[in-house]
Amino acid sequence: MRKLSKFLVTAALALGLGAGSSVADEALKVGFVYVGPVSDHGYSYQHDLARKAVEAHFGDKVETTFIENVPGGADAERAVERLARSGHDLIFSTSFGFMNPTLKVAKRFPKVKFEHATGFKRAKNMATYNGRFYEARYVMGQISAKASETGTAGYIGAYPIPEVVRGMNAFMLGAQSVNPEFKVKVVWVNSWYDPGREADAAKALVDQGVDVILQHTDSPAPLQIAQERGVLAFAQASDNIKFAETSQASALLNDWTPYYIERVQALLDGTWEPTDTWGGIDTGMVKLAPIRNVSDEVKEAAEATIAKLESGEFEPFTGPIYKQDGTLFLEEGVTITDEQLLGMNFFVKGFDAALPN
Amino acid sequence: MSALEPILLTIITASTPLLLAAIGELITERSGVLNLGVEGMMIVGAVMGFAITAMSGSPYLGVVASMFAGMAMALLFGFLTLNLMTNQVATGLALTILGLGLSGMLGEAFIGQPGIKLPVLHIPGLSDIPFIGTVLLSQDILVYISLALVAAVYYFLFKTRAGLVIRAVGDNHTSAHALGYSVLKVRYLAVLFGGACSGLAGGYLSLVYTPQWVEGMTAGRGWIALALVVFASWRPLRLLVGAYLFGAVSVLQFHAQAAGIGLPSQLMSALPYLATIVVLVIISRNQAVTRANTPACLGRPFSPDR
Repeated sequence: MRKLSKFLVTAALALGLGAGSSVADEALKVGFVYVGPVSDHGYSYQHDLARKAVEAHFGDKVETTFIENVPGGADAERAVERLARSGHDLIFSTSFGFMNPTLKVAKRFPKVKFEHATGFKRAKNMATYNGRFYEARYVMGQISAKASETGTAGYIGAYPIPEVVRGMNAFMLGAQSVNPEFKVKVVWVNSWYDPGREADAAKALVDQGVDVILQHTDSPAPLQIAQERGVLAFAQASDNIKFAETSQASALLNDWTPYYIERVQALLDGTWEPTDTWGGIDTGMVKLAPIRNVSDEVKEAAEATIAKLESGEFEPFTGPIYKQDGTLFLEEGVTITDEQLLGMNFFVKGFDAALPN
Repeated sequence: MSALEPILLTIITASTPLLLAAIGELITERSGVLNLGVEGMMIVGAVMGFAITAMSGSPYLGVVASMFAGMAMALLFGFLTLNLMTNQVATGLALTILGLGLSGMLGEAFIGQPGIKLPVLHIPGLSDIPFIGTVLLSQDILVYISLALVAAVYYFLFKTRAGLVIRAVGDNHTSAHALGYSVLKVRYLAVLFGGACSGLAGGYLSLVYTPQWVEGMTAGRGWIALALVVFASWRPLRLLVGAYLFGAVSVLQFHAQAAGIGLPSQLMSALPYLATIVVLVIISRNQAVTRANTPACLGRPFSPDR
C-alpha cells in the first residue's frame, strides 16, 4: 500500500499531474519529503523509521506517503506541492534545503500544515523542528580527546553551513574540556552523500596522523576506512557498528518518532500550532549509540556527561568561549542563545584551518 | 617514502573506476555510438557485483557478475539505438535513469551490510620490493585489468586491422558499409565492450573502493568518465593521464585541506575538474589533430537500407 501510494505520487510527479484524492476517506494523510533515498542507512532512513512508527501507532487513522531522493530548490517545491495538492493534511519536509520551497507552498495551501526540519522560517501553517545534535558532538569530543594518542581528530564535513559548523565547534569544546591542546583537522567534501569521496577524505585524514574520525556526511564509507586503518570513528545518523566492529566508538542517532507521533496527534486533536521545537538529548530526539571500543574509564566519563545533558543541567556552549581569531564570544558563565546557535558561522578557538565562507 | 605510499594507493583507488568506465566508452564512441548511459551501467554493475559477492562469498564471481550486468544494460541500449534507431542521447539518458532505479530495487536487501573486499593480488617477490612493489605491484585484479586495457585498446585501435575497422565505422559508416563491413555488428561489439567496462567500474566501487552497497553510490562518476573521453580527444593514453590526474587532484585537495591550506573548500572541490580540463585541453590544443580524432559519425544512427 505504501509502495503503491509512493508509486502513484512518483507517477503523478513524472506526468506533472496533481493526484487529486478521488476517494473521500477519513484517514489523515501525512506526507514526507526526503533528501536522500530511504535506504541511505542514515539521515533519510531515520526519518522513514519514524514515518513507519507513525503508521504503526495510528493504524487506520493515518495514511502516510513519502517522496525520496528530492534535491533542494525547484524539485523540492514540486514534491511538496504535489503532496499538498493530493490531499495531504500534514507534510514533513525533512531537509534544510527545502526551507524556502516549503514556505512558498505553505503560503499557497493555507489549510495544509507543514513541518520543516532544521530550518528557521515559520508561517501560520508551517512549524519547524530540529535536533540539538551538537550535544552529542560535545560528548564525542570528550571521548576523542581521552582516547586519542596523537591528540588529533579528523572531521569530514559536507558543507560549511551553521548546522555542520555548530557540530564541529561543540566537538572542539568537548575535546578541549579534556585536552586544551587538542587538534581537529577539517576536510570538506562538498556533498552530503558520496561514499567514494568520503572514503578518500577519511584516508587523507588518517595519512595525516589523525586517530579519530568524525563525519557529518551520510554514508558508512568513513567508518569502513577507520576499521581498515585501525582508528576510532563515530557514525552519523545510524548505528553502523556492522561496518566498523572494532572502530566505531559511538554514533549520533536522530530519533524523530516521538515528535512525529506528537505532531500527528496534535493535528487529530485540533491543537496543532506552528511551533519551533528544538529537542536535545533531554527530549530523546538526539541519542548516542552504545559507547564501544574505548576503555571503561572513557566510557564512564562520557556517560556522566550524557546524564548531565539528559537532566538539562548542562549546556555545551557555556562561556568563556573565544572565536578562532581570539575575540570573546561568550562571557564567563553565559550560555548561548538559539539565535546564536542557528547563525553560527565561525570556528571557535583551537581550529587551525579557516572556515570557508 | 612511507608517507607517500598511502597517498599513491588512494590515488590509484580514486582513478581506477574512472579509467575503467572511460576506456570502455572510448571504444563505444570510436565506433560512432554515443552512450550517455555510463552512470546507469556502472551502478547496475555495482549492485550486481555486491549482490553476487554477498550471496556466493566470492568477490571474483562478483567482478564477473558486474561485468555481465553492464553488458546486459549495454545490450538493451544497443537494441534500442542500433536496431530500432532511437535517439542515442535520449536513450543513453533513459539508460542512466533506468539503471539508478533498477539498482535501488535490486539492492534493497543488501543495504547496511558490509561487503567483502576484493583481495590484493600478492605477487611473491615482486610485491615486497620497496615502493614499486608495495604501491604498483600490490593491487587487486581490477587495477591491473584497467591498466592492461589501456595498453590493449591503444594497440588494438592503432596497430590492428580490427581497430582500423572500428575507426572506419565511426568515421564514415556509409563507406565502411560499402566496403562490406557490418556496421551494426561492429557497433554492437563496441557497445558491449563499453558496457562490460562500465560494469567493472561499478564493481570496483562496491567491491574495492567502498565495499558496501548504497543507492546512488556512483555519485556522478559515469558523467566524469564521459567527459574524460571527450577531453582526451578519444586517445587512450591521454585518457590514462586524464583519469589519473583527476584522481590525484581530488585526493591531494583533501590532503591540502587537512593540512590547513587556506583555500576555499568549494574551489578545492572544483580543482580536479579544472585541472583535468586545463591539462587535457592543452595536450589537445592542435585542433586539426583533435578533429581528426573525433569520430565523424558519433551519435548518428545507421540504417543499412538507406
